[in-house]
This record gives sequence, C-alpha cells and structure tokens, in this order.
Amino acid sequence: MADEVTLLDFWASPFGMRVRLALSLKGVNYTYREEDLRNKSPLLLKSNPVHKKIPVLIHNANPISESLIIVQYIEDTWPTPSPLLPTDPYSRAKARFWADFVDKKVYDCGRRIWASKSEGDRDVAKSEFFECFHLLESELGERRFFGGEEMGFVDVVFLPFWTWFRVYEEFGGFRVGVEFPKVMEWVERCLEVEKVREAMVDPEKVYEFVVQMRRKCLADDTLHDVLLTITTEPTRKDIYSF
Amino acid sequence: MGELKVLGFWASPFAIRPRIALSLKSIDYEYIEENLRAKSDLLLKSNPMHKKVPVLLHGGRPICESPVILQYIDEQWSSGPSILPSHPYDRAIARFWAAYADDKFGLALEGLLKAQSEEAKIEPLGQMKAGLELFEKALKDCGKGEAFYGGERIGFVDIVFGSNLGWVRAVESMGQVKLLDEERTPGLVGWAERFCSHEAVKDVMPETEKLIEFAKKVFSKPA
Repeated sequence: MADEVTLLDFWASPFGMRVRLALSLKGVNYTYREEDLRNKSPLLLKSNPVHKKIPVLIHNANPISESLIIVQYIEDTWPTPSPLLPTDPYSRAKARFWADFVDKKVYDCGRRIWASKSEGDRDVAKSEFFECFHLLESELGERRFFGGEEMGFVDVVFLPFWTWFRVYEEFGGFRVGVEFPKVMEWVERCLEVEKVREAMVDPEKVYEFVVQMRRKCLADDTLHDVLLTITTEPTRKDIYSF
Repeated sequence: MGELKVLGFWASPFAIRPRIALSLKSIDYEYIEENLRAKSDLLLKSNPMHKKVPVLLHGGRPICESPVILQYIDEQWSSGPSILPSHPYDRAIARFWAAYADDKFGLALEGLLKAQSEEAKIEPLGQMKAGLELFEKALKDCGKGEAFYGGERIGFVDIVFGSNLGWVRAVESMGQVKLLDEERTPGLVGWAERFCSHEAVKDVMPETEKLIEFAKKVFSKPA
C-alpha cells in the first residue's frame, strides 16, 4: 500500500516551509493543501483540534502537528536520503538545542520588528534579533551548513526565515547581508540545491503580503490575528526564572 | 565516558526532569544545587545563552534545555528502559504532549502563581483546567489504559508533565482550589499518585509545604 502524505499549510508560513523542505530533501511525495486561515477547513480543525494551526502533516490518516515535531517525525520515518540528524547523541543534542533556539528567538524577534507599533519596541526587537543572528553566525563558524557538509535539522528549521528577511529589513531598516554576511553566504549555499529552492517561496511575495495585510489590519482587527497565526506557534518559555 | 553532573534547583520542575530520567536508567551522577540569585561560574559557563537550570554535564560537555537533556539521556544510555516510544508516530505524540505541557500548561501555572487578585486568577485557572482535561484524555490515548503515559513504565510525557505536580499541589493548597479531582480527572488523580510515589520521582519531587513557603517569598506582593 502506498504512503499517503498530506500537508495542510499556508504558503507564507516559515513553519510550514520547514516541513516542505524536509519532505523535499527526502524526496517524499505529498499532497499540498493550502489553508485559508480565516476559514479553516474541517480537516485542519479535526487534525489539530488542540491548536487549530498549520502546518499539519497527515501520514496515512495520522495527523502530526507542530513544525519541529513534524520534521523529527519525517526524520524518524524516512531516515534516508538526507539524514537531518547526526548519529551520536551529543551532536544530536546540540542540533536540537539550536533548533529550539531558532524556534524560540528568531520568529519572535522578527515578528516584533515588523509588527511593533512603537519605535522603542522595534529597536528592542532589532537589537535582540541582531544578538540572535550573531550567536547563529558564531555557531555556524566555518562549516558549510549547521549540519556539517550537508544540510541538517538546524538548517531546515532556520532557512525558511530567509523568505522573511526582506520583511525584517524593510521594517527594521537594515540589510541582513551587510550585518550578517556569513548568514547570507549560508543561505546562498542552501539555495544552490534545487530541492531546497522548490520548497521556498519568493521573499518579494512575502513582503508584499505583509505590507497588504498591515494596511488591512489598520482597518480590520481580525486580520491581525491571522497575520500573527502564521508567524507564531505556541511559545516555549522557561517559567520559574527566579 | 566521563563524569556526570546535574546542575539544578530544588523547586524547578524543569530541573527534576533529568534526575528522574537518570534514576530510571540507574545512572549515578553528582547533583549540584544552584543558588539562582548567585549562579555558579560552572552554570554560567555551561549555559551562557540562557543561564538556566537544568544543565547536564557529561565528561565536561554541557547539554541544556530539559527536553533535549531527556532525549540525550535516552539515546546515550539506550540499553536502559526507554523514555521515548520507539514508533515514530508515538514519538511525535509524546513530543506533542510534552510541548503542550511546557507551552500552555506551564504558562497557565505561572500565571496562576503570579496572580495578585482573585480576578487575575480566573483566566489562568480556566486554562489550567482545560489543559488538565486534555491531559486526562491523552492519558487514555498515549498510555492505552496502562499506568503511565509511557505505558507500563514512566516515559517522556510523564516526566515532562508530571514534574509540574509539586507546584500543582502547592497551587491547590494555596488557592484552596481542586485542579485534579475524582469527578473531572479521575485518571489523572490515579496517575499523579503513581508518578509521585515512583522510586525515580519521590526523592526529587519538591515537598508541597516547602514550595508554598517558597512561593510566598518569590511571588508575594511587593512591600
């Protein structure tokens, strides 16, 4: 019996793109279903009743939610080709740590850059964003990819944010290529792979989309929620930070 | 492979997780209690990015973030009882509920502890109760009728979710509210008792009275 793989997603979501990237790298055939986030399908609501969010991967009728969890599921189910995690436990732990860091920090800082209403908030977000990118550049070091010679878990989790760089740049007043040349070089290496390009969307389209939505948001509050839903997943926070 | 240390804090639910896991695997380690108001050089050096407990140090190499630590322990000592299930789909479900425990439930618990008025408690309390009902259902789905989310044995979800039970009990006592009760969450009531009395858990789960005392100091109204 052939595998049935369906992805419920929204085209501009960097979280959804992680899943598309993992599936593409591993050559897994799947059906892509675009969700209208203002009018979620019964299938989405049934498949992710707890969060009601995309992306959701449905494999032979079994739904999996949360992009990091989905990518790890893909890795467990289709370990080759393109293994995303190394074999030794310590390297795996490091990869998971950095994927978690990207997940916690990049989208949050990025979102606050373009969604902030005050200059002050934007500046704070920008400085945190910069700190985050410095750390990532330092972690990448001289390697081709975070995964080493080939793309790995951290590359898959981080790369989709490239499609949102123009958004951060225009609203933040900086250029990623100028401030973080190593990150841009890493992006370019990733994009050399056709399977990677296939899974990404055009950053120009993402920027136009955000500009349009922001304009509409000023007139209509409900759109604000939609915009936020594609750029946020449940936030992991360490509580009891005494 | 090298010595094993856990940097922790007695009241932190995150910090007891590695200790439960190492105990399940029958692995010895040195426990170092951190003073979170005066963090040790070792902690700051081992977790420079977040500066938080727990940190597992194995042969001097640090592993941070409790879910990452749990998976490391499971993979490093793979001959011991498994913490994560073996089937990819079961693993995904376990990771889902662990993430939910930290993202939604944990945040609501924090909200409840920090609430300064009865009114401020309403929302987090509502969220916690809704979360507990989901976990009640998940116990049947994950555990498949067995004693724990991991089945016959304590697993990933048990450790991540269960580590909050000390604080859940403290909140019940302080707020005079029932979070786990026989009527709405009978499965959880039984599970909580089994989990907290488990050999690997009972010595590291903080005592309710001590947590209440601690909470009064940390979460009290400013003078």
